[in-house]
Amino acid sequence: MREEDKERGYDFHKASHTETMTINMGPSHPATHGTVKFFLTLDGETIEDIDVEIGYLHRAFEKECEAQKWNGVFPYTDRLDYTASVLNNVGYAMAAEKLIGIEVPERCKYLRTMISEMARMSGHYTNVGAGALELGALTAFIYFIEARELLWDLIESICGARLTHNYVRIGGLTNDLPDGFRENVKRVFAKNRKLWDDFDIMLTKNRIFLDRMRDTGGISQKDAIAWGFTGPCLRAAGVPYDVRRAQPYLMYDRMNFDIPVGSTGDNFDRYLVRMEEIKQSMSIVEQCLEQMPEGPINVDDARWRMPSKDDSSTKMEPLIFHFKQIIEGQSIPAGEAYQAVEGANGELGFYLVSNGGGKPWKCRVRPPSFALTSALPLLVKGSMLADLIPTFDMINLIGGECDR
Amino acid sequence: MDSIVSLITQPLVLELLITLVKIGFILGLTIGFFAPMLAWVERKQSAIMQDRVGANRAGVFGITVIGLLHSLADAIKLIFKEDFIPRGAERGLHTLAPVIAIIPSLVVFAVIPFGGQYTLWGHEVNLVIADLDVGLLYVFAIGSLATYGVVIAGWSSNNNWSLLGGLRASAQMFSYEVTMGLTVIGLVMFYQSLSLVDIVAKQENFWHWGIIWHFPAFVLFLGCAVAENKRVPFDAPEAEAELVAGYFTEYSGMKFVMFWTAEFLEMVSISGMCVALFLGGHHIPFVTQKFLLTAFGDLLGQDIGAVVVMLIGVGVFITKLVILLVLQMTIRWTMPRFRYDQIMKLGWKMILPLSLCWIFLVGVGILTGVMPRP
Repeated sequence: MREEDKERGYDFHKASHTETMTINMGPSHPATHGTVKFFLTLDGETIEDIDVEIGYLHRAFEKECEAQKWNGVFPYTDRLDYTASVLNNVGYAMAAEKLIGIEVPERCKYLRTMISEMARMSGHYTNVGAGALELGALTAFIYFIEARELLWDLIESICGARLTHNYVRIGGLTNDLPDGFRENVKRVFAKNRKLWDDFDIMLTKNRIFLDRMRDTGGISQKDAIAWGFTGPCLRAAGVPYDVRRAQPYLMYDRMNFDIPVGSTGDNFDRYLVRMEEIKQSMSIVEQCLEQMPEGPINVDDARWRMPSKDDSSTKMEPLIFHFKQIIEGQSIPAGEAYQAVEGANGELGFYLVSNGGGKPWKCRVRPPSFALTSALPLLVKGSMLADLIPTFDMINLIGGECDR
Repeated sequence: MDSIVSLITQPLVLELLITLVKIGFILGLTIGFFAPMLAWVERKQSAIMQDRVGANRAGVFGITVIGLLHSLADAIKLIFKEDFIPRGAERGLHTLAPVIAIIPSLVVFAVIPFGGQYTLWGHEVNLVIADLDVGLLYVFAIGSLATYGVVIAGWSSNNNWSLLGGLRASAQMFSYEVTMGLTVIGLVMFYQSLSLVDIVAKQENFWHWGIIWHFPAFVLFLGCAVAENKRVPFDAPEAEAELVAGYFTEYSGMKFVMFWTAEFLEMVSISGMCVALFLGGHHIPFVTQKFLLTAFGDLLGQDIGAVVVMLIGVGVFITKLVILLVLQMTIRWTMPRFRYDQIMKLGWKMILPLSLCWIFLVGVGILTGVMPRP
């Protein structure tokens, strides 16, 4: 209902004998892909009311962690934000290391920084590409999917997996870089930069795309902070908050990168911020490879990091620690720790509590897309049904991360 | 035997037979050739544009013929699919809707000339099924019927998404019908005829082609045509990300195929219109039909020569048609989708005033003699 009609006490629906339409959008709907349901009240095509129902991908992640040994949690973290799974690995590992109070070797930090940025690129490729797809630009989507596939080839060459990498361990990593990795990065990034340019040409200055994204789903700086926005959506609203800069972790304080900031907070700014972040991430990966020293990738302490196979089959003490870790898990000292990393969607926090046993006593995740999704009604109420699509996409609800 | 020959040679029967052959040719060309080929082109062209391999799986004994057999495989698959009618749907209208959608796109072809007039063995052959004096009006009258198929499909499915799709389609198709009609008024003033055969005949000289004098109208017309066909970027009525599949969400099997074929056939018929109005129909630039007739007549004899010229004409017409189709496909695979209100804004606030302006300009051009009428 229009505001001026409301003031006059004039009810359009009553006068014209029309009603609003209530409609269930999802969970099986092409735009919600099984992870969420919107209960919409439509006046024609205008969204009068929207009720967001999450939880379709709830897997009891937090509870499940309590039944796993410390290292056994890693495969579960992969499935949080599955478009950028190493970032979750890194966040969890760093929280656990904070709890223990160990520092991983420098090479390990560089490797973690590098693969985090690769994961961020993968997440942004998926998000921006799918946004184009849902607006009907299938060709642009395929361009970014190709870029993502090439990136996944690189990640696969490091850790053997393409989607759920399970690469990080408490106190280290599973593998070091393979031979010829640097050359491959050079080749893939050259191609990805070209794909980025193609994508940019097809969409950024495309009038139709601009019309669809500009001035839709906007949020003010104040509201964005009040609703707990983080990540690209907050930066699009003009707040230059990035965990990598605000609380530098790993090697981010040595990296030279920009934090793109938008001004209007609408979908187009979110898109632009993500596009720029892809470029910045590429540069960070290259800087990491340049600065990376040789050296070990695991802490040299058998209490926390599994001893090597050779050691544990020839020496007494490593064998004991190996056995203890497998059967009991690392006995991480009692206490609690919170560690946040900049996930692809925003601040991804892990809050771990240990009571000294081999398993986490409590593992709580602060998922960025939960806060973003809760603000969805604010963003789309009063706009058209078609605007829900780009807004929902730029919010980037990842079911695995939001529902846990 | 003699009686059959004498029956055939009777003028009326002969006329009837020739018309039947022409109808058969058009049906074969559209449903038999263009509909499956466009399905293939859509797959293969998108694959090329997207750096993919594209359709190459369906094959007989490993022979895939660059994916051409996919259309056949699709047809076989869809024929055997369950014909599902949702509970609460209006059964009769639900079944009727795809028929209403597909027929207009076919019968529009009745007035589109796919060749010129030829004299074969002393008999006049005009390569158009019905040479109507009001051909253009007929096209728009029939074209607006297609809206009914879509709206009825949306309403009768008993599905809110279908209903929204049907509503969008009705508003969009109605708006662009009006606009499309206005974009060709300039041409009617220029050629002083509503008959498509006349208009094509007057474009024998390359410098009289519609696209030369009416390029703005051509652009506007093509834009309206894409909108009328509900193809990306104007596919709001079926917008798969918003409305699941819009008005044909609840259709399966052969009924779905009919909607899908209707979309392709609309593309073909609208491109046929475009060729006839703007691209000189069957004419080759700078080559007159008279020249061809004498050249081939001297070489092969009067009648055989005329047959060859006729085939060349049809070939040229189809070539122009294919170029337009590929252009539309390219647009489809490049653009994102408009929002529904943006489509309406574009139609009413931009294309409509522009086409009115163009009518005014053409009027001024004709009166002042800047635009010499053919």
